Amino acid sequence: MNGTQWAFIGVFFVLALLFPALPIVLGHFMGPRRPNPIKNDVYECGLKTYGTPWVPFKVQFYLFALVFLIFDVELVFLYPWAVAYGVLPMFAVFEGILFILMLAAALVYAWKREALDWYEPTMPEATD
Amino acid sequence: MGAFLRDPSVLVEWLRALLMSWGLSAGLTELVLYLLGGFALATGPMLWVIFLIWFERKAVARFQDRLGPNRVGKFGLLQPFADVLKLMTKEDIIPEGADKPLYWAAPILSVAGVLLLWPAIPLGLGIGGNLNVGVLYLIAAGTLGIFAILLAGWSSNNKYALLAAFRTVAQLVSYEVPMVLVLLLPVLLARSLNLQDIVQAQDVWFVVYVPLAALIFLIVSIAEVGRTPFDLLEAESEIIAGFHIEYSGMKFAMFFAGEFLHAFTIGILTAVFFLGGWRGPGADIYPVLGILYLWLKGFLVYFVVVWIRATHPRIRIDHMLNFSWKFLTPLALTLVTVGAVLDKVVVGWGVWPRALAHLASNVVVALVTLQLVRAWARRLPRPKVGEPRPVARPQPQTQPQPASGD
Repeated sequence: MNGTQWAFIGVFFVLALLFPALPIVLGHFMGPRRPNPIKNDVYECGLKTYGTPWVPFKVQFYLFALVFLIFDVELVFLYPWAVAYGVLPMFAVFEGILFILMLAAALVYAWKREALDWYEPTMPEATD
Repeated sequence: MGAFLRDPSVLVEWLRALLMSWGLSAGLTELVLYLLGGFALATGPMLWVIFLIWFERKAVARFQDRLGPNRVGKFGLLQPFADVLKLMTKEDIIPEGADKPLYWAAPILSVAGVLLLWPAIPLGLGIGGNLNVGVLYLIAAGTLGIFAILLAGWSSNNKYALLAAFRTVAQLVSYEVPMVLVLLLPVLLARSLNLQDIVQAQDVWFVVYVPLAALIFLIVSIAEVGRTPFDLLEAESEIIAGFHIEYSGMKFAMFFAGEFLHAFTIGILTAVFFLGGWRGPGADIYPVLGILYLWLKGFLVYFVVVWIRATHPRIRIDHMLNFSWKFLTPLALTLVTVGAVLDKVVVGWGVWPRALAHLASNVVVALVTLQLVRAWARRLPRPKVGEPRPVARPQPQTQPQPASGD
């Protein structure tokens, strides 16, 4: 039963890609095509884009991504525990809760180390 | 007809027999059946989107005391068709320096990512998804839509688009954690990752068991779609239109189709996890009725999503991150812990006492959370009554400005 389900999802994946692709290709050929340098220019507020748009990003995003990665990987381990919950003895349930508490401790640690605070770049104080 | 209503699989059997009688091999018959099923499953939502676009425009217009589309067709019902025709004949502008393969892939993925959620959803008794790892599949496939936004932002060769991509990643990364946590509760209560089993287990809807979890799931889902309180990725007033700033014509339309469909899909998912899925009077006997119930419940949640969109202003990025990491995640951790301990105690109590015990625990958690938030809010600095308000005016010069050279 399950093998057929996954085969169906495989077929469906191709269809799911084709469904939006078709109108896009159709629209590409139905619309007019009169490109000119100004029209094709990158949008910016009135002037040409300065430098490359692929700028370095704020390091804070990276911190959040790290915290997320640890959390998400660990949370997936809880799913087998939740599925087997019905047959688990109380002891195993508390083991799972211990695991959750460890996650909570990690969250508290990240919180206290201010990894979860969003820093605005501080402007230098205006001096007279 | 009656047989079909009682057991829709007779349709599949009939088709299979028909195809076999045409001389197709067994494998080819299966493939044709998959293709037909896939077409039905993909066409339904895609056509429904056309209605959703009309509905949302009309609903938001009424919220804002406007009329909304009312010129094309009765009640403006044909407006989306006119829009599609217009967008179809628009020029397809590809900005200079764009990363072309990714630029093309992004709008396709934004719809495909949402459509891919559908095979896992149980539409009725014995209809639709029956995956044994359904919840994990949903979590995995659900992130594809955000991936599309990331691609669009990266490939557009535009600074605003890239900013939107950054914000999207931060938002997805933050709201994925409470979502994964909160979905543990239906799994734990149903003891299965299979969505069909989760629906079957809801003799009493899970929203009665864990209303807080349902609320968190709804909030987090809205954030994953990037709808109005969380639409930082397309903030018109800050980054013009965010990730789809460089898109035009049908590609632009696909982003919107993807967003509307995703909004409706989270309605369906909320219904599956917390509102009893396809269950309703008569749905056990006539599984086709189940589709109708699921659709109605999903549409109701979708309406709430539209309502929230029309009511709430956009939140700031630091508030958005704080709300997830410092409020939703600890709350979800608490809910899972409480639910896990409590369910071992009350599992033998029968359906309603068990549900009410869970409900009581949720109420207690909610009250404690409110008290904690209140205590935190009291400690915030606030101006006293009668104190002069800070006014945005330049500081008075303490020293005379030295005369400048020019």
